[in-house]
Amino acid sequence: MLVLGFILNLLGIVSHVMVSAFAKRWFGTPLPRSFTTDWFSYAWKEFGLAQVLSVTIFVALTVVVLALLIGFPAAYILARRNFRGKPVLLLLYFLPLIIPQMTYGIPLATTLLRYGIGGSVTGVILAVMVPMVPLAIFILMPFFEQISLNLEWGAAMMGANRFQIFRRILLPLTLPGLLTAGVLILVNTVSNFELTFLVSGAGSQTLVVALFYNVFAGGVRPVYSVDAMAVMYMTMVLILLVIALRFVRPTQMVFRLDQPKR
Amino acid sequence: MRRGRPGEPSELDLMAIACLLPSFLYVLVMFVYPFFYGVFQSLHPLKVDGFSLANYIAFFSDEYQYKTVAITFRLAVPNTIIVVAFGLLFAYSMRRGILLERTITTILVLPISLGVILLSQGILGFYGGKGWLNQMLLGLGIIEEQLVLTHNFTGVMLSLFMQQFPFCFLMLLGYISGIDPSIENSARTLGATPWTVFRRIMLPLIAPGLAIAFALVFVMSFATFPSAILLGQPTGATRTIAIAAYAQAFEMFDMPYASAIAVIMGLFQLAGLLVIILLRKRMVTAATMGVGKR
Repeated sequence: MLVLGFILNLLGIVSHVMVSAFAKRWFGTPLPRSFTTDWFSYAWKEFGLAQVLSVTIFVALTVVVLALLIGFPAAYILARRNFRGKPVLLLLYFLPLIIPQMTYGIPLATTLLRYGIGGSVTGVILAVMVPMVPLAIFILMPFFEQISLNLEWGAAMMGANRFQIFRRILLPLTLPGLLTAGVLILVNTVSNFELTFLVSGAGSQTLVVALFYNVFAGGVRPVYSVDAMAVMYMTMVLILLVIALRFVRPTQMVFRLDQPKR
Repeated sequence: MRRGRPGEPSELDLMAIACLLPSFLYVLVMFVYPFFYGVFQSLHPLKVDGFSLANYIAFFSDEYQYKTVAITFRLAVPNTIIVVAFGLLFAYSMRRGILLERTITTILVLPISLGVILLSQGILGFYGGKGWLNQMLLGLGIIEEQLVLTHNFTGVMLSLFMQQFPFCFLMLLGYISGIDPSIENSARTLGATPWTVFRRIMLPLIAPGLAIAFALVFVMSFATFPSAILLGQPTGATRTIAIAAYAQAFEMFDMPYASAIAVIMGLFQLAGLLVIILLRKRMVTAATMGVGKR
């Protein structure tokens, strides 16, 4: 029943933003007196959302593709082999996930600035990938562990080379894992605030960062227009979330430390 | 293709190294190198030539700066305790599964995915001076005067709770539902009261998971940045250490000093983790993870 209270609170918070985005003026009454959709076109024009949105989508998709490309082979080896130094390597991959992004984001932003990629879209992609590559690895590992080694050995016995094993056995069998990892990376990248905020510049802001600047500049912008922008952001995340939940169990959204070793 | 048996340490062949190399290099170049570069830079202040501790000395001798550590602790410690306590309470009462479990966990994932900015904007409206909560409580006559819940300590705590509670709850739920139910059943059969079962059987089994939850929530809270800006007073009562580091880097453009503050922030997080690990060592650690509800 206590959870119910939390959920009611959450729904109140979310729906307050939604109602406010459609309000003409709203002050001190339970609901606005009249509604309008003007704030959406206002926000779209005033905040340059076309550009912000295209940056967001470009960054998110690039991060998904690159993180999966880098994470897939690593996850395969980490799931299949035992070697000296493996625990250390796993710890190294684990650190970007548990150390807050604010802590390593500042030195990272400084480093990127020094090499002239701070503030650019490339810089944002490179920074956001720091936690996303490990995330891809940790999501993919259990999927590899589920594939019987006998399948690979059998294929090798029948004369398949490594590429054929990859193409005909590993790839089809890990497809659910790739989808899971891909969707989770997508949601995480779109809603990533700290790293994107620290690294992005004028032309490389994503939707959340632009939203932050407009909330922060409170008073300068009509609150309804900021809420309209928030609703656009929310719609985008919710669509991604609905897609995500087709592949993922909710508890998987939080990385789990309890997976007992088989 | 020579391979060790699974479970036996083996040497890596060329293919394995080629597979691991991209991710390893990435983490090395983008995570480890900036970290050491930050430490190095923090020891080479702008105004001084060569190696110097001036940035660290400056931080700890300027009240406006070192006060941020106390502020951050005052936010992070109560918040961690509240979040983990609620998380444990909810997860424990739901350990046998409940009605609509999937729907509820799905809704709980919502705040994690929506992100801190949208939640903060919503909290500003919902809990704000003329927000729904104040209107309702005033309307029902429960309170006489408006509650001030935003742009202060409470606002930041609210925002942190909304973000971290689902995370903590889902983690603990995963952990607790992995404990073999027959242990609890045996204790009940032997006449233990529910409280004794919790105190003597379940709590020691949950302890390792609880320690991890404590550590993760504490570390997250200690780096509070957007919540403290949007729902607090970023130049006054809720100027956390992360805000101090950010201000040095992007308002004063003193990167070495900012790096020094980031290093200090990291050290405090590490200290918090160590305390929790030490506490955990003193508890019973023999966990019996079995084939629970999964």
